[in-house]
Amino acid sequence: MSTDQVVPVASEASASQFDPSRRVVNDFSIQVATVNGSGSQTANSVLMRAIFQMGIPVSGKNLFPSNIAGLPTWFTIRASAEGYIGRRRDSEFFVAMNPETAQEDVMNLQPGAAIVYDEPLKLNALRDDLHFYPVPFDKLVGPVCPEAKLRKLVRNMIYDGVVGWLLGIDFEEIRKALVKQFGARKAKAAELNWNAVLAGRDFAEKNLTKSDPFAIERMDKTGGKIIIDGNSAAALGCMFAGVTVLTWYPITPSSSLAEALIAYLGKHRIDKETGKATFAVVQAEDELAAIGMVIGASWAGARAMTCTSGPGISLMSEFVGFAYYTEIPAVIIDVQRVGPSTGLPTRTMQGDILSNALLSHGDAKHPILFPSSPEECFTMAQQAFDLAELFQTPVFVNMDLDLGMNNWMADPFPYPEKPIRRGKVLTAEDLDRLGGFARYKDVDGDGIGYRTLPGVKHHAGSYFTRGSGHNEKAQYSERPEDFIHNMDRLAHKFETMRGHVPACDVQDRAGAKLGILCCGTSRDASEESRDQLERDFGIRAGYLRLRAWPFGAEVGDFIDRHDRVYVIDQNRDAQLFSLLRLDMSNERAVKLRSVRYYGGLPVDAQTLTDEILKQEGL
Amino acid sequence: MSAAAPPPAKKTNRLDLEILSYRGGRSTLCAGCGHNAITERITEAFWEMGVEPWSVMKFSGIGCSAKTPAYFMNASHGLNAVHGRAPTVATGAILGNATLPAIIVTGDGDTASIGLGHFMHMLRRNVPLIYVIEDNGVYGLTKGQFSATADYGSKLKTGVINDTQPVDCCLAGIEMGATFVARSFSGDKRQLLSILKAAISHRGLAIIDVISPCVTFNDHEGSTRSYQYMKDHDEPVHEVDFIPSFIDIDVEYDEGTVHEVEMPDGSRLRLKKLDRDYDPTSAMGAVRAIHEAKASDEVLTGILYLDQDSPTLIDKLKMLDEPLATLPQEKVRPSREALAQIMDEYR
Repeated sequence: MSTDQVVPVASEASASQFDPSRRVVNDFSIQVATVNGSGSQTANSVLMRAIFQMGIPVSGKNLFPSNIAGLPTWFTIRASAEGYIGRRRDSEFFVAMNPETAQEDVMNLQPGAAIVYDEPLKLNALRDDLHFYPVPFDKLVGPVCPEAKLRKLVRNMIYDGVVGWLLGIDFEEIRKALVKQFGARKAKAAELNWNAVLAGRDFAEKNLTKSDPFAIERMDKTGGKIIIDGNSAAALGCMFAGVTVLTWYPITPSSSLAEALIAYLGKHRIDKETGKATFAVVQAEDELAAIGMVIGASWAGARAMTCTSGPGISLMSEFVGFAYYTEIPAVIIDVQRVGPSTGLPTRTMQGDILSNALLSHGDAKHPILFPSSPEECFTMAQQAFDLAELFQTPVFVNMDLDLGMNNWMADPFPYPEKPIRRGKVLTAEDLDRLGGFARYKDVDGDGIGYRTLPGVKHHAGSYFTRGSGHNEKAQYSERPEDFIHNMDRLAHKFETMRGHVPACDVQDRAGAKLGILCCGTSRDASEESRDQLERDFGIRAGYLRLRAWPFGAEVGDFIDRHDRVYVIDQNRDAQLFSLLRLDMSNERAVKLRSVRYYGGLPVDAQTLTDEILKQEGL
Repeated sequence: MSAAAPPPAKKTNRLDLEILSYRGGRSTLCAGCGHNAITERITEAFWEMGVEPWSVMKFSGIGCSAKTPAYFMNASHGLNAVHGRAPTVATGAILGNATLPAIIVTGDGDTASIGLGHFMHMLRRNVPLIYVIEDNGVYGLTKGQFSATADYGSKLKTGVINDTQPVDCCLAGIEMGATFVARSFSGDKRQLLSILKAAISHRGLAIIDVISPCVTFNDHEGSTRSYQYMKDHDEPVHEVDFIPSFIDIDVEYDEGTVHEVEMPDGSRLRLKKLDRDYDPTSAMGAVRAIHEAKASDEVLTGILYLDQDSPTLIDKLKMLDEPLATLPQEKVRPSREALAQIMDEYR
């Protein structure tokens, strides 16, 4: 290896853009291109966690293929002193480990970006406006990993050492992150990987000259926070909600939610006195069975749930209409992915807003909760169970792949202080007192009837649940008056819900004529875009983030306070926009504008800002 | 002149309940429909067994059969689900409350066509419930199309001949994990009642395929599900006699004429030999006998297979004995400390 091969190339062109004295600290994205199945996830998580441990707000987005091993994958870590955690369109610091994509990756970088790459790829020949850092990974991995079989996995840890040195990451934090990643039981593996990190660091120290402006410096903005993926957060929410029955069918990106829940239940929900489970889990034969079992279990009185994604939702359609009409609780967590059809199963989309809102045939509508963060995955999973049982109806929780499968910085979750709410269930004693009951009678004026559970020891306790027409006493009826009466009560019940679903996050700005309205994971890009509009263009915008459908009264009020409201959708067909238009008066509907992104990546702020400016004629 | 005769003593079961307590609404099925006879037998079986009527969970799918849970045991909760999916809701309900007996009444459309997948997986799981198939070989409610259990070569009223192979629900049951597999005929009151009572005392999945002629669409010459066909081709493998645990009678049988099985609840199942020596504990023997009978146009009836050893879905889940449905909050919400510990793991 001759020395001139490892001298980084800092071009003249970039020097003017990136004055080395103008350092870029804690405000850039690091992107790592690897091949899936190569253990890169560990190296990336360690890097992200080390930056987090240094007190800098981070987010990690894994862009991966629908494949087990051998296809390209990209992991992006965004460090943001300001706390922006949405995806950014460009990355300034690149690690090119995948020969398949390296050339295209290099060509896509903005001038002045830095790139660490596998030396034999000779990427420095492609451009002269980047900071190139060649690293001979194969030569470095041999001495630290004598076992040839493991080299593929350990090799990636070397870039943690190189990147750590180039960015000034505290190596003690890298070591801590690594030990945490492997756990006490895999101390030997952690040691092996730590040696690879050191090999990378030592190589960089001896052979590389830093020429790029990017740096990580210690801050204090992550104290007390956790890093967690949304699926684990939702699983925890379900466990603390007191879920007793989980029935599910594996589908990306929801499988890891079920698996996390199963692991947690096994650890925390075994009865101490008897050693027996306080839950049941069945992996169903398909999504029809999964929702059928949820409905049966809920009918019998259990707190039952399933989790799935778009294709599973399609299969559940008939049963969800059945549960709506027979008024059986169900919690369905939909970790949305890109459809239609198989679509892009490992990419993210808010693709099931309309279908979930109106799922099934005939007249049916269902509440949806829209979590935007791990904290909300945790709290809304609990709210979903309470709502389902209070309102005796299926409740959707619309997560998405970005929220479910990526790692997020979050505040530790609050312990649920409120008791679990089981809704209107009559016991034998109640029936003694009342003399009987009519299952579908609106006794309280809120549209919600009283139910009994199978096994209630009372001569007047039973009723017959049927998807066919029924009257207040749950008897078979084809009379138009009975049908209309029942459907009107169901509509009234839905209206009652408006005051019981989680309220919107509303942030007004004085004098703002524009509003930005979004839900779920559009949050991060929307909030950042709003700041961009004000900072860079002097446009002030109010902000409303929906937490649920049906919409509360504050949505209409928000529209009234603004001239134009931009509705952010991560789908082609403007699904949230359409749902709002269905719900709002004409005067309000005409104020709505649609901003859409549907490329399968989490939407970024710049895309929103550009589109809003375009529609504003600026 | 004598005074009016005193009313006859009311017949009650061991819970002191009359059969009236086990009745349901009036049937709206066709007069003479085999399903009505099955409804009668189900009513009698639960009454005679002294099962608490309010404790039973009834399920069905869609079709003529699906209406019948409304025609027996009004005192029980019933759930008439969507087409073919009764096994899924019943499985879920049992997860929610495994202390309650459950019965599904379905038809051949539910079981062998649209819901075949769920049927198979219910078999695999050995879900503890009674699964009655009211098997008439046609779709009655949509006016007489063939179902998937229709025999090869059987004829519709319109003259159409079935040229596809039938699904044999009993063979499927034996192959896939049901632990009680029986076939009967709605016209055989005694046999069907005994089989149902045995099924009630079985712990595990009991599949009962009941040939139940459709008087409107499939009771003609050329049908293999007609009353006449069953009269001519019904081949009981044994005489089924069921003696509940709470009845103390002892009947002497000649050595070697009866295959006696003790049920988990102490009841006794006596399978009296007819003209063959049938061993219901042999899956291989049962499968072979069913195939041989088919080849000679016989419909084997009786308890074709019985396995008292395999664990049920509920055994395998190792849940608390009390219903999950009504566990109090302190059993289902982990402690504050548990959450704090989990949060620490994510720091």
